[in-house]
Amino acid sequence: MDEIARPLPASRATQRILRDYRPRPGVPDELLDAEGRMRPVWTDFLDHLAEQTPEAMRERFNRGDLYLRDAGVYFRRYSADATGERDWPLSHIPVILHADEWEEISEGLIQRAELLESVVADLYGAQSLIADGHLPPEIIADNPEWLRPMVGVRPASGHFLHFLAFEIGRSPDGSWFVLGDRTQAPSGAGFALENRMATSRVFPEAFATARVSRLAGFFRAFREGLDELRDEAAADGRIPGNSRPAILTPGPSNDTYFEHTYIARYLGLMLLEGEDLVVVKGQVMVRTVSGLKPVSVLWRRLDASYADPLELQESSRIGTPGLVSALREGSVSMVNALGAGVLETRALLAFLPRIAPALTGEPLKLPNIATWWCGQAKERAHVVANAERMMIGQALSTAMPFSVEAEMALGGRFADAADDRDIAAWIEAKGAGLVGQEAVTLSTTPVWQDDGLVPRPMTVRVFAARTPQGWQIMPGGYARIGRKGDATALAMQQGGSVADVWIAHDEPVPQDTLMKPRGASLREAPSVLPSRAADNLFWLGRYVERCESTIRLLRAWHLRLEETGGRAAPQISGLAAHLKFLGIDPARRVPAALFDQISAAETCAGKVRDRFSVDAWWALRDLATTAQSLGGKTVQGDDSARAMGLLLRRITGFAGLVHENMYRFAGWRFLSLGRALERADNLAHLLAVFTDETAPDGSWDLLVELGDSVMTHRRRYRIDTTRDTVVDLMALDANNPRSVLFQVAAMRDHAERLPNARVSGKMEPLGRDLLRIETDLTVGDPEEWTAERFWELRGDLSTVAGHLAAKYLG
Amino acid sequence: MLYDIGLKIEHGYASPAEGARTLAHLLPRTIWGQQTLITGVLEADPWPDERIDRTDFFANAVTEFAWRAPVDSLVLSLQARVERIAQPQTLDFSPELGGLACELAQLRDIGPESPHHFRGASPRLALSPAMTAFARECLTPGITAQQAVLAIGRRLHDEMKFDSDATEVDTPPEEAFRLRHGVCQDFSHILIACLRGIGVPAGYVSGFLRTLPPPGRERLAGADAMHAWVRAWVGVDGGWLEFDPTNDLLVGTDHVVVAYGRDYSDVAPDRGVLRTWGKQAIDQAVDVIPVETAAA
Repeated sequence: MDEIARPLPASRATQRILRDYRPRPGVPDELLDAEGRMRPVWTDFLDHLAEQTPEAMRERFNRGDLYLRDAGVYFRRYSADATGERDWPLSHIPVILHADEWEEISEGLIQRAELLESVVADLYGAQSLIADGHLPPEIIADNPEWLRPMVGVRPASGHFLHFLAFEIGRSPDGSWFVLGDRTQAPSGAGFALENRMATSRVFPEAFATARVSRLAGFFRAFREGLDELRDEAAADGRIPGNSRPAILTPGPSNDTYFEHTYIARYLGLMLLEGEDLVVVKGQVMVRTVSGLKPVSVLWRRLDASYADPLELQESSRIGTPGLVSALREGSVSMVNALGAGVLETRALLAFLPRIAPALTGEPLKLPNIATWWCGQAKERAHVVANAERMMIGQALSTAMPFSVEAEMALGGRFADAADDRDIAAWIEAKGAGLVGQEAVTLSTTPVWQDDGLVPRPMTVRVFAARTPQGWQIMPGGYARIGRKGDATALAMQQGGSVADVWIAHDEPVPQDTLMKPRGASLREAPSVLPSRAADNLFWLGRYVERCESTIRLLRAWHLRLEETGGRAAPQISGLAAHLKFLGIDPARRVPAALFDQISAAETCAGKVRDRFSVDAWWALRDLATTAQSLGGKTVQGDDSARAMGLLLRRITGFAGLVHENMYRFAGWRFLSLGRALERADNLAHLLAVFTDETAPDGSWDLLVELGDSVMTHRRRYRIDTTRDTVVDLMALDANNPRSVLFQVAAMRDHAERLPNARVSGKMEPLGRDLLRIETDLTVGDPEEWTAERFWELRGDLSTVAGHLAAKYLG
Repeated sequence: MLYDIGLKIEHGYASPAEGARTLAHLLPRTIWGQQTLITGVLEADPWPDERIDRTDFFANAVTEFAWRAPVDSLVLSLQARVERIAQPQTLDFSPELGGLACELAQLRDIGPESPHHFRGASPRLALSPAMTAFARECLTPGITAQQAVLAIGRRLHDEMKFDSDATEVDTPPEEAFRLRHGVCQDFSHILIACLRGIGVPAGYVSGFLRTLPPPGRERLAGADAMHAWVRAWVGVDGGWLEFDPTNDLLVGTDHVVVAYGRDYSDVAPDRGVLRTWGKQAIDQAVDVIPVETAAA
């Protein structure tokens, strides 16, 4: 790339932010060239930076962080950490690369994508690379990612690879090289989008004027590619053409689950887990509330070996039995094919440079990290002799060169400092099990620190998608930034931050969004609701309501305590007995039982995060954090009653967001059914206990208070509470949202609108039972509704829950 | 030798099992010049909603069954007639143990018969320093690969106690080795790990033993259920050698091969996935009866 050399601008402001910017000698830098001159592609951005006061910068960075927080961007780490979720570590300064340079990178990576496709097709097909001596057999035969059940299986789409990522870095001579290929289930594309959203909020002016490539076009093309796979599958008539492509996720405990939910929402894909799927006669079907629905395109985000416990890893609990069989039938396209992960094998990097000319007739345009497989005598000797300049690790590992792993040697000694074995002897003994990789130097890029810029090493993750127009490279990506100044790849091991990557053009770039250019406001194919999601939404509704009722009980208890100033009053003992029956110990301000209920609600919500708004998610988090902050202190009376009031407002915040904002699709109905059922059951329980003849004095008032109906009662009856008025208001009043009848009627209405509510015109058991209960309540008199009948009603509601689960949630 | 083989595997579930899907490795192989499957009928009760018959990577016959309705029990039954062809005793064509690696390096092949699949760790079987050390102790200078297999197999047989109560189907081989106790599956896994540890490719064979011995000979251990033994690759000329460590003998006409794999996980008689809770029971009955032929 030709760059017009330009000396560092003399402006004092620029000098101020660059005062600590000193790339190490021999280390290439993204901002400054070898002579210390600023690369032209950065000048506008840097001028903009220099104009900002330190306060303004902090303000801007906060804005970006706030965006990420509000968007719910987090990543999960497998750690002993209490929450497990961390803030997204965004380095706010983007990496800026010129479009011409990116063009060269793209060409090299497209060539590599095609090469990888040929290699994987050969490994699962003719295996000529082995017969011809281009690959040693043990690298494949011993490889846990080479899946024998997939050998000889042609992918339905005709291709093994559809979505790839490459980790690239810049070498000291300024050229780019590949550190590793991600072919299994590459993550990060969604994070790249979020980095972009956040960074463009930090620097809106600079972004607008920087002529930076937009990312949306890449995603649109990929989505079109998925639709094309779906349409091809539909063309042979076996699969309905309107099924939505889906993301197959390992579930909420995966470290990139947020990204799965995010990208599913962004691209309008179903988000499915292995247990949502069932294979019927070789066709993959989704268990939905409307029955089994076929799915023909799966973007797989779980590792292949977990995908099918029948034919792959038998201990997998997140797979779909029979999935491999369905692939053999050719009824589902998998992005990427099961078994494609074999291409991530580190040792392959030693052979790809020679395989490239053999398979494609041309050498690699973009080299990969120099790698020597120690199963060959000459190469082994080379690694032994140069161990000090190498990273030596497991040959069949699929980890990146900069990941810390067991039994690794770096710069001539074991990573585990306690290990003082002889490196050369180790290499000789392990031989074919090891590879040596050049301890490469990476380039550095600016990072904001202490009101100025400092250089930090980086690699860039680049994404490639197979689209109807062939492979496309995402114009941008995300950069990983090392924490320390040391520019060896080893420095990346300590982890650090991530940054947006801007591809800057000389000319303005067209605006682009995900919207299809068709223009017409076509509605998407209806999304189906997997039974598992419905089940989680239903239980989310139940738990949230259960929390609310627990909080009301606790508040009432503390208020009574405050009023009576002691324990003697009979209504306290009645309440205490009820709390005890429910397993709630009011001695602690936030009893363990309430924490359990909140965390159960959060767990359910976490499993269906793609289905309701980020705001609602945060409302629930707020409830949890508020409860945490109130803690388990033992303070009784007024103070605790106020604390419960606070929690109550938090929980109604969640309910309000759901009620106001959630689209009325089937998922909302299940959430609402859960709440209504729980509330009806809870009211029936309270009525059974506190309208019993043996209930202590004051129980009726307590009931009205627990049912949040004090005002209503006053208006409706204008007399003191009697058993009849209480039962009338809280069980039989169709207009009181805190009555059993109201909730049962709501449930019947929801049930009526669920898929297949009637079969051949006849009501299903769910609707029938609800109608019966509703009728009983509608025509009943308060005196007929004895405590005993309320206990029976609880039994009937439990039967209703059973019908619902059997029909929709299984 | 002609056999009629009858096998019945019964699973019982305390509560109905949903979404049952099973992969059965039960039909004996046809091995050119050694064994012929003359007839073989594998059936499932209740009648499955889906059935796929195919071969797996190692060319074993596999049958996949699936049931949509919940089941209280699953019964797989096999009726087969198999001919075992007696093999002439041959000389030991295997190279010295140290020469095996060189022969392996010449083999550029990862097809089903390639020894390369049988060298390293496999799903149920890690390489174990303890077993490798045990194997090394059996070696003498200049020993051939075949002699090594026999020597290690014999010592294992001498030291291990056949005990059907000592281990479960998923007891790790290391544990069985430490206890020196186990059934045919443990004997086989341990011998495989020993052989791989010293560089001899070795795999797992599942199959049947004739139920009653020929007159004048003792009944073999392991004949009342499906049996397992080992095959080891002893060089380009030696090829695959089958050895039964439970009975300390080279496999002959008393054994009938069902399937070849790297370890038990590749050839489990019925590998199933289903959802149930409560107790499960399994029962296996095997009969391997020589057929009286006109000539006999």
